[in-house]
Amino acid sequence: MYFLKLVFKNIFRAKLRTALTMIGLVIAIVAFGLLQTVVDAWYAGSNGASASRMVTRNAISLVFSMPIYYRERIKTVDGVKAVSISNWFGGIYKEPQNFFAQFAVDHENFFDLYPEFLIPPEQLLAFKRDRQGAMVGRKLADQYGWKIGDTIPIRGTIYPGTWQFTVRGIYDGKDDTTVVRQFYFHYDYLNEEMKRKSPRRADQVGIFIVDASDASRTADISRGVDAEFKNSLAETLTETEKAFQLGFVAQSESIVVAIRIVSFVVIIIIMAVVANTMAMTARERLSEYATLKALGFSPAFVAALIFGEALMMCSIGVGIGILLTFPIAAGFANSPAGVAFAAFKVSQTTILLQLGCALVVGVVASLVPSVRSANVKIVDGLRHIG
Amino acid sequence: MSATAGKTEKPLVEILHLVKSYTRGDQDVPVLQDISLNVARGDFIALMGPSGSGKSTLLNLIAGIDKPTGGTLLIDGEDITQLSEGELADWRASNIGFIFQFYNLMPVLNAFENVELPLLLTNLSKAERRERVELTLSLVGLSDRMEHYPNELSGGQQQRVAIARAIVTDPTILVCDEPTGDLDKQSATDVLAMLKKLNSEMGKTIIMVTHDAHAAEAAKRMVHLEKGELIDGDS
Ligand SMILES: Nc1ncnc2c1ncn2[C@@H]1O[C@H](COP(=O)(O)OP(=O)(O)OP(=O)(O)O)[C@@H](O)[C@H]1O
Ligand SMILES: [Mg+2]
Repeated sequence: MYFLKLVFKNIFRAKLRTALTMIGLVIAIVAFGLLQTVVDAWYAGSNGASASRMVTRNAISLVFSMPIYYRERIKTVDGVKAVSISNWFGGIYKEPQNFFAQFAVDHENFFDLYPEFLIPPEQLLAFKRDRQGAMVGRKLADQYGWKIGDTIPIRGTIYPGTWQFTVRGIYDGKDDTTVVRQFYFHYDYLNEEMKRKSPRRADQVGIFIVDASDASRTADISRGVDAEFKNSLAETLTETEKAFQLGFVAQSESIVVAIRIVSFVVIIIIMAVVANTMAMTARERLSEYATLKALGFSPAFVAALIFGEALMMCSIGVGIGILLTFPIAAGFANSPAGVAFAAFKVSQTTILLQLGCALVVGVVASLVPSVRSANVKIVDGLRHIG
Repeated sequence: MSATAGKTEKPLVEILHLVKSYTRGDQDVPVLQDISLNVARGDFIALMGPSGSGKSTLLNLIAGIDKPTGGTLLIDGEDITQLSEGELADWRASNIGFIFQFYNLMPVLNAFENVELPLLLTNLSKAERRERVELTLSLVGLSDRMEHYPNELSGGQQQRVAIARAIVTDPTILVCDEPTGDLDKQSATDVLAMLKKLNSEMGKTIIMVTHDAHAAEAAKRMVHLEKGELIDGDS
């Protein structure tokens, strides 16, 4: 009680210095939290992946497609419950910076395979009935102000021309990890247009979505599917959806690693700042610590005073930082840069890491000053005029 | 009482052939050379001498905040040079009251809390501590300043708080290093009167370092140090 009071009052003795250190702590913790959240958001798509869904793609690379008749043969593989189609469209809505993913999918069964998309039944029906119908994510609809019935023109980059779609449904996510920022339309619409315009590019599919009857059999199914197309013109690679998406993330792994490193560098910098503050503080109070020791207080008590001060200062700074992380992350999530992420949300792990930083920064920063002050010779300390 | 009557005649502080030197680089700088001195229980000694003669050094050795290079230092029959750091800290807490030239109060604690500080090392309850602190502060005439912080008190008042802190644990010896060195004449006179009263009425043994002949007059006995050696003073 007495001890805490002493520690608390000591913190606010050098007001300007404490204020500056605190501001540094708050900024560092917010920056750390946001960077961690960026990393989390990066992986969020793969976390939301279903365990029983698998993806079959061209074994050479994703940029190569597969003939559509593969679908029937995949269906015959033991353990496969259903197969759907998804094809990257890569179009531009008005301006290139309006980035979002468009996929041409099998309108009949694609959404059956994605129960995490919540769609009102009448909207799903309307989507299925309209050859040019589109099913869009809630975030996307909100961002561009689209409503049911709106016509959306999208300029193709891979598939030439401007394509007209009509919004027939808006889907919500089951939870925060569900991506609600995509644009789906009929594969048949794309394919029939291609048949007319450049028949050689028709009847090609980017990926097949394979629904395994049993999540524990995905390894068998993967082997079965790929064996089916062994030595054919387009060999396949089948993996779980999660592995497929992690493969995507891995392509940008080095950026993610860089972000991670930067987030920890920020913490190391603030550690140096706090250490400097504590060193100055301890030096100024050397004669007080010597007096305490002369009165009979132990070196451990003196060390605890400095540890306590650093920890309390870090706790206050980090506490404010954590509280500020939420509104700032929310602000970022709604900004043009943030909406590109499926789920930009501060995770529990991030908060725990931030708290861990408070502890580590406090302890490390006060280690040297506290040991030095605790062991100061009383007569030397008493001579010292702060 | 009668059985220990012989023992009470034994001096409270017995210093024999005490030597203290500092090492600066590879050189030994002698500060105190072969000091022998006895201080009786209830005595009030003024330790005088020119600057650099080693007064503070000797006082610090007696107070157990510094270690001698050689010789023995018995206080109440106990050789404190043999104690470990931890034992010495406990010993100081119960036997020594410190009064410094610059008061050395904790700036973040008010007068009451400063005086209470050494009592935190005892087993006294909060209520007992409060009672003791209030009594001691009234003894130094600061009952109406208990809530004041050091920077809200005059130098003389701060030194009175420091005196209260020094005596609140009822120590055997009060060690004072230039207790009036930073005070104006009136405050110095008050502080000296207070020390004198503590000595005569409460029987506190006091060892006081001072430059000031006027201050030394408060003491019962003067001891002169010159270049680390004792020059017998009058009594
Ligand atoms: N830590 C130390 N290292 C080296 N020399 C020291 C140390 N402490 C004291 N001395 C030396 O010991 C001598 C005596 O110092 P001391 O402080 O005891 O003198 P003093 O009589 O109290 O002087 P003053 O009246 O100025 O306070 C001085 O020459 C001083 O330089
Ligand atoms: Mg001195």
